Amino acid sequence: MSGQPILELRGVSKRFGAVQALTNVDFRAIPGEVMALVGDNGAGKSTLIKGVAGIYPFDEGEVYFEGRRVTIHNPREASALGIEVVYQDLALADNLDVVANMFLGREQVSRVGRLSELEMEEACIRTLSGLSVTTLRSVRLPVAALSGGQRQSIAVAKAVMWNSKVVILDEPTAALGVAQTRQVLDLVRRLADSGLAVVLISHNLHDIFEVSDRITVLRLGYLVREMVVKETDYESVVREMTAGQLNRVPGMRDHE
Amino acid sequence: MTAQVLESPQGKSKIKIENVLYSPALQRVLAFAALIVLIVVFSIASPNFLQFRNITGILLATAVNGILALGVTFVIITAGIDLSIGTVMTFSAVMTGVFITRWGFDPLLGVLCGILSGSFAGMINGIVIAKMKVPPFVATLGMMYMAKGLALIIAELRPIYFNDVPGFSTIATGSVVGSILPDFNIPNAVMIMFIAAIVGSFILFKTILGRYTFALGSNEEATRLSGVNVDLWKIAVYTLSGTFAGLAGVVIAARLNSAQPALGQGYELDAIAAVVIGGTSLSGGEGSILGTIIGAFVISVLTNGLRILSVPQEWQIVVTGVIIIVAVYFDMVRRRRSR
Repeated sequence: MSGQPILELRGVSKRFGAVQALTNVDFRAIPGEVMALVGDNGAGKSTLIKGVAGIYPFDEGEVYFEGRRVTIHNPREASALGIEVVYQDLALADNLDVVANMFLGREQVSRVGRLSELEMEEACIRTLSGLSVTTLRSVRLPVAALSGGQRQSIAVAKAVMWNSKVVILDEPTAALGVAQTRQVLDLVRRLADSGLAVVLISHNLHDIFEVSDRITVLRLGYLVREMVVKETDYESVVREMTAGQLNRVPGMRDHE
Repeated sequence: MTAQVLESPQGKSKIKIENVLYSPALQRVLAFAALIVLIVVFSIASPNFLQFRNITGILLATAVNGILALGVTFVIITAGIDLSIGTVMTFSAVMTGVFITRWGFDPLLGVLCGILSGSFAGMINGIVIAKMKVPPFVATLGMMYMAKGLALIIAELRPIYFNDVPGFSTIATGSVVGSILPDFNIPNAVMIMFIAAIVGSFILFKTILGRYTFALGSNEEATRLSGVNVDLWKIAVYTLSGTFAGLAGVVIAARLNSAQPALGQGYELDAIAAVVIGGTSLSGGEGSILGTIIGAFVISVLTNGLRILSVPQEWQIVVTGVIIIVAVYFDMVRRRRSR
């Protein structure tokens, strides 16, 4: 099951003023697998994905994509590589309909500058069907009129519509009810099964054990360890999250 | 299979009901109904109201405000505001006068450059707002003063007359329609407004600029994260608003056959009132060109009708104020019900 990682971080660090948010962390995402990224608040999960997404650069360390070393300066470059992030606060525009949201930033335009609405609508319906997102009444409804699960599904579909290879989901089920969580987790699994590398950030270990293949545990900005879901259990993960041995002790990096 | 589910007839009927409740269409219908009521009331109250001459007068009175309102509709949909359009209009009128009467530009070129000087002022607004992160209210308030001052300086405190420019005033007061259909002497200024409205509507609903106008007002952060160059499109929206102000400047100069440097302040408020009455939300993300045009007509029909009924002008202003509050109140009620 373990293929070559498509995205790999080696020894990345990030400091915000006096706060060392990430210290020498390794991380990888493998096609066809769901990699969960867990850790308590302030463990550095968000910092890690924002670095990958190009929101800000890492101070140190190397990023490899498909085996090549890359530097990602902004979200556009991340998208160009095939890395998409679905943010916790949902990067959707409420007043726009589903089609407009899915194509936001990548609208198809005819030669005279007219939006190609029909083509976009068809592509949108195709993508949603392909992901089995079938509960929508219409792709022309403003997303404000959709349920939380539907909105999350649209946000995910938007991310994977563009031949993306790595999809990073930040707390996709945080605000959802039981049935809607189910809906989104199924979608997450389908993404991985279709060959994408999925990174799932979540506080909910139940969700993680349901859909993930591996778990990377961060604590206080350090990597604790990467675990295989089948070979571990709740208690071990909780222990690593809250009291895990840090692989490197602050201030002692040079002496290991 | 999914496509069929998505397009089921039940789905469609449900959507229609929801669209009415959720969208600004309801507000537009209300504004339109208010316009009809006003027209009916005034025509019963005064036989002069529906005279062709009076209707032409209403249309002409709407033209300048309508054109200004078109531009600021875009800005307001992005959840911004443009207070500078009134004096930018004056600035453009003065620049048109300078280009044509002082520098001897061909009138057509002069008009084009006059409009572009409005675009330029709008672009400065956009840069100050997008790049320097100055709030739109403050940035355009500053531009309001700057344009007013510059108009006075450049015109040397006096009106610039176009008496030596044959045909200039026909831009507004002539009638191309009338020359084809002699019974319909609709002034060119009105036709310019309608054409500008059609162009504006196309831009708003059929092009990327319009799509991003809504997106910016709806969720600027999401738009940025989707890879849209937010700063660039903001500048484009304010430039567009300035361009419409420039066009209004040419029209008002042609109508008065002169550029009046002291005019202009206060026009921005009438334009914003028209936009708001037409159902465009000041909190952004919603709005339409049709609504704005209806809003502009509500204001000018009201003013005209009250004048025909010999209501003192002071009271006309009071009534306009009441209408604005009622319009926004209805908008708020609709919003609370739909969320």
